[in-house]
Amino acid sequence: MKIGVFICHCGNNISATVDVEQVAQHALTLPGVVCAHTIPHACSEPGQQLIKKNIQEKGLNRIVIGACSPRVHEATFKRVLAQAGLNPYLLEFANLREQCSWVHEDRQLATGKAIDLIDMAVNKAARLEPLTSSKVDVNKRTLVIGGGIAGIQAALDIADSGHEVALVEKTPTIGGNMARMDKVFPTLDCSACILTPKMVEVASHPNVTLYTYSEVEQVSGFVGNFKVKIRKKARLVDMEKCTGCGSCTLKCPVKAPSEFNMGLDNRGAIYIPFPQAVPHIPVIDKTVCSYILKKKCGLCQKICPTGAIAFEQQDELTEEEFGAIIVATGYELMDWTVYGEYGYGKYKDVITSMQYERILSSSGPTGGHIKRLSDGREPEVVAIIACVGSRDAARGRPYCSSVCCMYSAKYAMLTREHLPNAQVYIFYMDIRACSKMYEEFVQRAQEKYGANYVRGRVSKIFERNGRMVLQGADTLLGQSVELEADLVVLAVGITGTQSTIELAKKLNISHDEYGFLTENHPKLRPVESSTAGIFIAGACQSPKDIPLSVAQASSAASKVLGLISHDKLETSPLVAEVTILKCVGCFRCLSVCPFSAIEEQVLRDGTKVAQVNPALCQGCGLCSATCPPAAIALRGFTDDQLISQMESLCQLNPEL
Amino acid sequence: MNRTLKLNQLDDQFIKQIEQTSGQKLNDCYQCGKCTAGCPIAHSTDLPPHKIIRMLQLGIKDQVLSSPTIWLCLSCVTCTARCPKGVDLACIMDSLRELAIKEGVPQAQKQPIKLFEKLFLDAIKRHGRLYEMGTLARFNLLTLKPFQDMELLLPLLKRGKLKLTPESIKDVEKLAQIFASSASDSEVH
Repeated sequence: MKIGVFICHCGNNISATVDVEQVAQHALTLPGVVCAHTIPHACSEPGQQLIKKNIQEKGLNRIVIGACSPRVHEATFKRVLAQAGLNPYLLEFANLREQCSWVHEDRQLATGKAIDLIDMAVNKAARLEPLTSSKVDVNKRTLVIGGGIAGIQAALDIADSGHEVALVEKTPTIGGNMARMDKVFPTLDCSACILTPKMVEVASHPNVTLYTYSEVEQVSGFVGNFKVKIRKKARLVDMEKCTGCGSCTLKCPVKAPSEFNMGLDNRGAIYIPFPQAVPHIPVIDKTVCSYILKKKCGLCQKICPTGAIAFEQQDELTEEEFGAIIVATGYELMDWTVYGEYGYGKYKDVITSMQYERILSSSGPTGGHIKRLSDGREPEVVAIIACVGSRDAARGRPYCSSVCCMYSAKYAMLTREHLPNAQVYIFYMDIRACSKMYEEFVQRAQEKYGANYVRGRVSKIFERNGRMVLQGADTLLGQSVELEADLVVLAVGITGTQSTIELAKKLNISHDEYGFLTENHPKLRPVESSTAGIFIAGACQSPKDIPLSVAQASSAASKVLGLISHDKLETSPLVAEVTILKCVGCFRCLSVCPFSAIEEQVLRDGTKVAQVNPALCQGCGLCSATCPPAAIALRGFTDDQLISQMESLCQLNPEL
Repeated sequence: MNRTLKLNQLDDQFIKQIEQTSGQKLNDCYQCGKCTAGCPIAHSTDLPPHKIIRMLQLGIKDQVLSSPTIWLCLSCVTCTARCPKGVDLACIMDSLRELAIKEGVPQAQKQPIKLFEKLFLDAIKRHGRLYEMGTLARFNLLTLKPFQDMELLLPLLKRGKLKLTPESIKDVEKLAQIFASSASDSEVH
């Protein structure tokens, strides 16, 4: 056994608090240690060279590195070992920075702890075994979940590169929230004009299979080899026969609030969500259809010229295999009704931002004419309240919506374009306009469009003589203010969705308390989820505007292409392993495994024992810790190795 | 003024008037506060400069026109020089003073600054340059405070900062023409 110990100064991140020379001197006294060096920056080129030189000249066969967190540089040093001709798993890492120098102040005590950590690492290193990884095939198909702008962009990028994509959307049409919007900042181009061509393109792309009105039911497998069950919900309309003529939607006698128009008008029980919907095929809402509920009516069936109405249609389940998954499930508006003080629901002239988008849109319920919902009158004063459900910790939404500053400025401009004589007031807390051409956009709203910005939240809205009275404050004046307005728009914040949380559970990826999916590293791995092979894009990761969602979608697509450009993937050898002779077949491991990596194996004598699928195992160690007879070991973290560390820790340190 | 301010019932005309006379767009100001930060008299005003412009944006007329701030303003132009949005606040202050006088705001009537500006221009008209000694003497006499700032006289004379006799430029007559042509524009002087 020839162990080499290398202690990093990390500039002075470690050496300011830990006496690295003393730690190295101590390491030389440990059994098996042949050399111990300190290095100013072990991860630098000269640092790496020093380690390689020592491995080759002194014939080292186990390496201990005392430096930063293994999350930061373990991979770097594994490469160094491999380049020096050593199995990379013969490396043991001691975290002397995050877990020692950064969290302690007393130099003597910190040095003592560093010595303990090196003791433990050396003891474990002596018991390390070389490990080799295996290879698995990579399926070249990709699943994109969510048909909003992010999902569409990701699907197109991958399909354009010549690979097959399945795009799954739970609603009857793709397009997502962007399809609802009128004009979009910072260029004020019409949302439909830039989105609908993409919707058509993705639907007609030869490499894309589109599943609308479908949901992901179950996911199993692992990176490169996912198995996904997709539920195609029954539209009750035969998509092959239907020509999208829409006569059924005109004749349907049932009225239900239109989801697409945010409840501003009604649709039938059979409906096409909006004129540019893709696919342009109606769907029957089973919860309101008279035929489904009472076996009466059936007018659509009688009127349909192609006999496409299929009341007998059932949900279909299909199972497909994919190498990678992109989740782009988007966002919802947070529940604005918690703000009773704003009178939403009580006053018809208090509306949400998404409703205002529909009112502004020429294809919306008012044909693009700004009208009050109460009396149809054009408003003279429009008030916009920003940060409704954003930056409000008391209502459980401490984060910024990141878009309401911008769309509030947009509303000011569009309102003045529609109604040049109307006055627009925007109540805001701060203006956050930090992207290309954003600050200029907000300034334009103020300077060219005369938007009146009032810094302060609104406390209450009430009615006086048919107008909405806003009680607020101008914190710049230091004074309470009051505004009589005709129309109030609540710039509602953004939240993750319940359905994304449910999907995250199926995919075994992590999410935060607001329903946003968690990226693997906030700076360096922004589109990777916590599970290999599953990527995230768009507003399902955090509140995001269209430019960022599209950028992230392309980024996720490029990550997928990087993955599926390999024919085979190396799997980590740090997986669990069952010693068959010790296994008693209790299968507690099977019930705790979060990755479904444990399988039952029937031996020739008929006894059942556990078996680990190394491709599925993520090396979390739960099974190993659970196994009563200690029959499961996690490679690289075996009981023997861990106990040896404990033993070294429990010995009295004579230097302290 | 601590009553609740009614936002869209304020004086639009006032906003237009100030924008016209000063040539400034009030909405250009985004209330960063740099004018107040650099203003040498901000600490002794009831309304610091940024608040004046905020009130102008909202059309709060009476309080602004009766504020001592517009008369305390030294026209040092630091606010204008440093404004990141290029708003000439010093010029707006001028417009406010003009308007206060024109509208007969009581605070405007009592301001000695009005007299000072008249005497200042008189000196320019007569000599083409400011005759500081004469202007100060006349100002002190007319405001009935003959010994005001007298302690500064000796140090100023010693350092050559004040001349006892006036200096005139060559073509004083031509100046008279300028004054004559601008007299019709100005109702103040």
